[in-house]
Amino acid sequence: MKHNISVPCQKSNLQRIRTFVIEVLREQQLSELEVHSMVLAVDEVCANMMIHSNKCSPDHSIEVEVITKSKHKVVFNIIDRGHAFDITKHPEPDINEIIRKKKKGGIGLMLVKRIMDKIDFIHKDGFSIVRLTKNLHPAG
Amino acid sequence: MVQIDKTTENDITTLSITGEVDASSSIQLDEALGEVVNHGAPGILIDCSGLSYISSAGLGVFMSYIEDIKTKNLRMALFGLNEKVKNVFDILGLDQLLTLVNTKEEALAVVNEA
Repeated sequence: MKHNISVPCQKSNLQRIRTFVIEVLREQQLSELEVHSMVLAVDEVCANMMIHSNKCSPDHSIEVEVITKSKHKVVFNIIDRGHAFDITKHPEPDINEIIRKKKKGGIGLMLVKRIMDKIDFIHKDGFSIVRLTKNLHPAG
Repeated sequence: MVQIDKTTENDITTLSITGEVDASSSIQLDEALGEVVNHGAPGILIDCSGLSYISSAGLGVFMSYIEDIKTKNLRMALFGLNEKVKNVFDILGLDQLLTLVNTKEEALAVVNEA
């Protein structure tokens, strides 16, 4: 199954995306903790795209596709037409450095990398796609 | 999306967070915590029992005050985190850099420890 939602690039819409992902994953017999961590990873990528690639413009939109064809994995495609930013090339920051410099950002992509099994960046026909793949361990 | 209530008793300020802290609402947490760190009591309790969701934007707020809390010799403890919220701190090892405890009593014991 393929499920998708498209929302304007305003941070207030992150909640809609999270609700959508929770509803799709609820059908998958996963633990609450596993669902929550995937929702978090998608939220982080969407927030990143909205803020950095689209400057939170309500005229731009972002699309989230959830593909649940296999029992063994779920694939998320987060698609926009914003300024392409390849998150897979983003160097991992040092947490102690962030604390020392009192920075408030920079750890979202670390969370995504810890949670997901694979992250791909695809730039095609003017679209940027961040593809997150999570291998599943269905309960029971 | 998020509501933050502040109460001060003796030398301890408690911030109670209710709702979700994400990239959209983390500014409210930042303002509230900044106010307490810069002008509040020396002991800071963060009641997370009503906190249903936190993303990196919220974690970043807590991280950004770790240095100031140390420099100003303040003490801060977070308590009442549900399993999902606690897991977000654990993924990045922030449970080692911030004080996370289960109950208000444990949090009080931490901040009262001079």
